[in-house]
Amino acid sequence: MNTQTALSIEDLSFSYSGKKALDQISFTINAGECTILLGPNGAGKSTLFSLITRLYDTHAGRIELCGFDIQKDTRHALAKLGVVFQQTTLDMDLSVEQNLHYHTALHGLSKKVAQQRIQQELERLNMVDRRFEKIRQLNGGHRRRVEIARALLHKPALLLLDEPTVGLDVPSRLAIVEYVHQLAKEENLAVLWASHLIDEIYPDDHLIVLHKGQIKAKGTVDAVLESTQTTAIKDAFYNLTQGEHA
Amino acid sequence: MNLMHYWRAMWGIIGRELWRFITQRERFISALVRPLVWLFVFAAGFRAALGLAITPPYETYILYEVYITPGLIGMIQLFNGMQSSLSMVYDREMGSMRILMVCPLPRWFLLLSKLLAGTGVSILQVYVFLIIAWFYDIRAPLEGYVWILPALVLSGLMLGALGLLLSTFIKQLENFAGVMNFVIFPLFFMSTALYPLWKMKESSVLLSKLAEYNPFSQAVEMIRFALYGQFDQHAFLYTLGAFTVFMAAAILGYNPSKGMMVKKGGPN
Repeated sequence: MNTQTALSIEDLSFSYSGKKALDQISFTINAGECTILLGPNGAGKSTLFSLITRLYDTHAGRIELCGFDIQKDTRHALAKLGVVFQQTTLDMDLSVEQNLHYHTALHGLSKKVAQQRIQQELERLNMVDRRFEKIRQLNGGHRRRVEIARALLHKPALLLLDEPTVGLDVPSRLAIVEYVHQLAKEENLAVLWASHLIDEIYPDDHLIVLHKGQIKAKGTVDAVLESTQTTAIKDAFYNLTQGEHA
Repeated sequence: MNLMHYWRAMWGIIGRELWRFITQRERFISALVRPLVWLFVFAAGFRAALGLAITPPYETYILYEVYITPGLIGMIQLFNGMQSSLSMVYDREMGSMRILMVCPLPRWFLLLSKLLAGTGVSILQVYVFLIIAWFYDIRAPLEGYVWILPALVLSGLMLGALGLLLSTFIKQLENFAGVMNFVIFPLFFMSTALYPLWKMKESSVLLSKLAEYNPFSQAVEMIRFALYGQFDQHAFLYTLGAFTVFMAAAILGYNPSKGMMVKKGGPN
């Protein structure tokens, strides 16, 4: 395996009571790559995320994070993973700093290291002066920023984001899209971003189009456009999913 | 992945739970009001109706309030155990359970830490209750207040594990109220918390048998004896056994391959 491969998925299938949610999907994501997972509702995006985070067991196929099998070497694999879930998973009644300290404790970081990393991540997001505020007092965009900061505290190799911009206003959305793309480049971080929104895709991103549990297209934006003989992602997506909206 | 990691994570989980409890003043007060109403109103009213013989660990005739106190301690822990599992269902619905579940530690350890955190909160409530009871002239020997601590840890863990187990069966928060009624009330009323076994036997042998096998009864008896500096081996072993069974089943329930999460057919 390539040491730069952060996530490798091989022949992954999953069913709910006989109904296939994922059907033999395979792909890899390398360090520094930002991969956008596009798919309409019910495409299997949430199931895929639940399998990568091992909330569900993998029944068929294989998932590896930095070479660690999620099934056999769960803890090493999970240590390489940072996640931002679709719903806010912050504790509303705790402060920004308390929420972040809780996460560093779960990842076994010492107080000193935790303090340094929290400072560093909050500085990067311009949120140092809000560290003592309760999450309840923050707006949606700032809550999302805290969640991204939290996901990075233990220095993961892969950042998973499950539609993190849902419900945000346009400026907050753009700021987060920009920030995550910058992270992938500067920190050599692999990113898997599930999205509905085509304007969140940058020209040098990689794309995976998932529909009814199957990968309909994957590759760079140009490669997907070429394979679908279209000039816009919107059209490519429309063709691949036979008219369903993202 | 060393011992320090386990230690830090456990204290992170316990610290978060204690902080939340201390800052949620309403929760603190309502957790205390329930047993106090039982003590000041129910027990006072019932005093005349129920005559109690001298039974161990008591060495003399006692007031009904004295008898009921260990039962009310059990009640605090029972409600607390159910409340922590309620918060687990809530956390699962809200997604914050996922943050716990994706951290790189074994699931059994994370669940046990959650249970310890809930037990810690219940022990805080119990000691505040005992202080108020002291001023109401319900007093145990001083060493009893120390001996009760390990008993409270075990009973808290057992009742918390039961709550945890229930939380694996409940998909939505709305279903919880029904289960609370079907679990809390039978456990509490079919136990030795309010009346001793011999008294129950006078009215119904079946009821007394049910109460005898009820793990909540055994937890209450363990607490009762500990409060008077005595060790009830049978109650201790029974409570320990019940904790082991409930905990094992709850861990199985939260296991991604065998658990209820998969049977429910979708991520929450």
